[in-house]
Amino acid sequence: MNYLELVRLASPEIVVVVTALAVLAIGLASTRASGICSFVAALGLALAIGAALMLPRNATLFHGMLVISPLNSLFKIICLALAFFTVLLAHAKNSLRNHGEYLAIILLATIGLMLLVGSEELLMIFIGLELTGLSLYVMAAFDKTDVRSAEAGLKYFLFGSTASAFTLFGISFIYGMSGTTGLAAVGQKLATQSIQPLLFVGIVMTLVGFAFKIAAAPFHLWAPDAYQGAPVPSAAFIASGSKVASFVVLGKIVLVGFGPVHGSAAWHAMTAGWAPVLAVLAALSIVIGNLVALAQSNVRRLLAYSAVAHAGYTLLGLVAGGRDGFSATLFYTTVYAFTLVGAFGVVALVRRETGGDDLQNFAGLWSRSPLLAGCMSIFMLSLAGLPPLAGFFGKFYLFSVALRAGANHGLLWLVALALFGSLVSLYYYLIVLKVIFTDQSGDAATSIAARLGSDIELLQRITLSVLAIVVLLLGIMPGILLTQIAVSL
Amino acid sequence: MIAWTIYITFAGAVVLLFMPHAFSRWIALVTTVAGFVVSLIAFFQMSIVDLAHFNTIVRVAWVPMLGMNYHLAVDGISLTMALVTGLVAIASVLFSWDVDHRPNEFFFWLLLVVGGSYGVFLSADLFLLFLFYELVIVPKYFLIAIWGSTNKEYGAMKLTLYSFFGGALVFIGIIAAYVTAGSLDLNQLAEFQFAPQLQSWAFPMLFIGFAVLAGIWPLHTWAPTGHVAAPTAGSMLLAGIVMKLGSYAGLRVAMNLFPQGFQIWRGWMAVFAVIGIVYAAAVALRQRDLKFVIGYSSVSHMGFVLLGLAAANALGVSGAVLQMFSHGVIGALLFAVAGRMVYRRTHTRDLDALSGMGLNQALPFAAFSFVIASAASMGIPGFSGFAAEITILIGSWKTYPVAVWITGAGMVLVAAFTLRAVKQSFFGERSALGGSTASPGDAKSYSASPTFVTSSAERSIHPPDLAPVTLAEKFGACLLMFATLAVGLYPKLLLDRIMPAVETMRFLSK
Repeated sequence: MNYLELVRLASPEIVVVVTALAVLAIGLASTRASGICSFVAALGLALAIGAALMLPRNATLFHGMLVISPLNSLFKIICLALAFFTVLLAHAKNSLRNHGEYLAIILLATIGLMLLVGSEELLMIFIGLELTGLSLYVMAAFDKTDVRSAEAGLKYFLFGSTASAFTLFGISFIYGMSGTTGLAAVGQKLATQSIQPLLFVGIVMTLVGFAFKIAAAPFHLWAPDAYQGAPVPSAAFIASGSKVASFVVLGKIVLVGFGPVHGSAAWHAMTAGWAPVLAVLAALSIVIGNLVALAQSNVRRLLAYSAVAHAGYTLLGLVAGGRDGFSATLFYTTVYAFTLVGAFGVVALVRRETGGDDLQNFAGLWSRSPLLAGCMSIFMLSLAGLPPLAGFFGKFYLFSVALRAGANHGLLWLVALALFGSLVSLYYYLIVLKVIFTDQSGDAATSIAARLGSDIELLQRITLSVLAIVVLLLGIMPGILLTQIAVSL
Repeated sequence: MIAWTIYITFAGAVVLLFMPHAFSRWIALVTTVAGFVVSLIAFFQMSIVDLAHFNTIVRVAWVPMLGMNYHLAVDGISLTMALVTGLVAIASVLFSWDVDHRPNEFFFWLLLVVGGSYGVFLSADLFLLFLFYELVIVPKYFLIAIWGSTNKEYGAMKLTLYSFFGGALVFIGIIAAYVTAGSLDLNQLAEFQFAPQLQSWAFPMLFIGFAVLAGIWPLHTWAPTGHVAAPTAGSMLLAGIVMKLGSYAGLRVAMNLFPQGFQIWRGWMAVFAVIGIVYAAAVALRQRDLKFVIGYSSVSHMGFVLLGLAAANALGVSGAVLQMFSHGVIGALLFAVAGRMVYRRTHTRDLDALSGMGLNQALPFAAFSFVIASAASMGIPGFSGFAAEITILIGSWKTYPVAVWITGAGMVLVAAFTLRAVKQSFFGERSALGGSTASPGDAKSYSASPTFVTSSAERSIHPPDLAPVTLAEKFGACLLMFATLAVGLYPKLLLDRIMPAVETMRFLSK
């Protein structure tokens, strides 16, 4: 293995590292160069996407520490794209202080995500988790003028580090049982061994760590505060990029690594394994997320609880298992991530315009900015799962896979619960839209709108429109993404 | 050819978003007329033999991995439903000619409802059908929540959640069919032999899901509140098209796919149908709000559709389809008169208040249309309502004679509440006596405030100064009246096309 080969295979990561350093340097050199910083960061991410496209189809480095496969490359590109949109949305005239540093941290988090999706080895996965996690803690706490941001960062950090400890502990057990950390090797070992209680302890502990990452109930308690308090682009990235990568890795771990101890979550035929654990997490997330979201009056908090519910839906695919289940999960989580970045983008603009992100700040958004209102309705309706948007197809795919999986419709209970959850969720998404389209904006908001109404930057408008079109397009022609995922599995 | 109804309507909707306000209603009118003309051409072009089977017109692979196709097909039933969609769409645009609050959006949502409905009626792929079916939900919400009247946000949310709840049940049924048969093609599924055990639970799941939208008792409660809250065009679309989506899909999907399940449950369907007909008519008899009366009458009429379907013979089911057409037209006309012609001018729908106004003299054309619509609704021979209901009753006589007896009694109630509504809204006695026609007993039982009575008395003394009926309204009303008369006088026109299509379905009891 020569170094040139290594550079070639790790080129996307290297491009992002170099970009992060460059952005950091520019940010330090000049305090006013936030425009240049954003430009460089976006350019670097675009280059990295290009580099990821040029990667060979299959390659393995260091015994699975870094694996290049169509699936990994696809999700590297998706994570890079999410980071790209986040950087564009974070660009603003009156943005945070130290914009360069902020962007550099986003880029570092992106590297963490790329390592996470690009590895099939437990230790490397843990390193990826930590790199992502540490960057995201800083991103959450970045707004030094806002005490809520500090609270968000602290809570996220405390919960996150505890969860990391669980994961590491679980991984150590699994290593102890199987004597290896490569996922495929772990899977082979487990297939030959008799199942021992210690193994289940390891599996459950590993899953706890990931349940935290994807904000599945009952490990979701950090999410509302982090989503609400963190600077909006940070929240968007935590909710989208981190989640996508976590689902990719979780899927690999349970399906490849723990494949032999699948178990069953079918109603009358539950057997021990990770599937029932995930099924319980999914059911709890769907119920708690949706019911608590009903009571929220802050849009970001509402999105946080709805994120918990969506984590529950997404888990359905993994519970169903198999290639179909995994691809349904991947499709859904990708669509969800793009939708959520868009939704947070709208929230960011409304917050900048009216100074808050409570429901009443959205009142009469329609008359102030039809474009934002249109985009927001596309995002909200896609989250609610209505056609012809991507969320509708995602849910259809996910639920049909889940219903097919358990023999004799064994997972019907979970699907029915998820459908009930969607029904509840439609109510709160419609409330947001109702406020946007039918309520009149208050006096304060209109006067601010008159002052700042034209101040919504062109770049953000374009970004949001692009995201809305992506969500619409993936709903009308889901085949585009679906075939990509299917051929790469 | 007929696939263009969908494309034209959605294209019109998108164009609307980018046009100045002044053009919006014209674009909407042109779009809906074009859609109707397309289905009319198809109606005359396609031979009756072709319409006996659900023949594919477009079939493009869509998501091949999951076996989804963009697959449209047409038979006599679909074509009939497309026709009523076109008619009601044109009329609803004409009756919203004066919408000047955010008109572009209004017509955008309206066209989405229309386009989605065309889509449901023409889909031959289960996923596509469900997509269009769910597509119609949100536009309805906005139409009511933004442009509605009485208690609009409550009515809109209730309607939307009910529809979505029905959609969730349908969803499970559809997925169950899909994962069992491994196909989404309606024609293939209709030939697949599902296990009886699956049929016995999947059929009620699907049918109840669809019945929510069809306004079948006891899942009808969204209908009256929704109709009352909706703007005129909204009620027209709801009664004329959206409720038919449910009954059509119940026939096309639930009954056609799960014939054995249908055989198990059809006795219950007949029971619910009869209860619905009688109960809704009885409730309508006691309503004070004109729109509530019409809303409950819709529920009652949809009960006839269910009865026809439950009969499970060619005559009954064809009658049900004819009734879908007929009630689409009549319901739309009733709501148009009540909502646009009367309510927009008098600002009240209270029957007692209206009866003091002498509207038959102030708005003769409105009175004329309302009488025609009521006559059709009561089932007077010569109108489409009669043709449809008599076909249903003859059909179900063979299977459920008792149901026909009870329904006969129910029809008396229908006549009673319709006549009461006609009398009180248009032919109340004017002059000083008019005030007291709301007799003391009535006033007490309805707890009408005393000031209310005096105000209506005052109004009756000074004849209300009402704007005359506009040309657009006259056109719209004439179109619908013509349709109900044409089908009433010559029902063969539609039945010739519906009957063969029904006869090819496999659920008919031998």
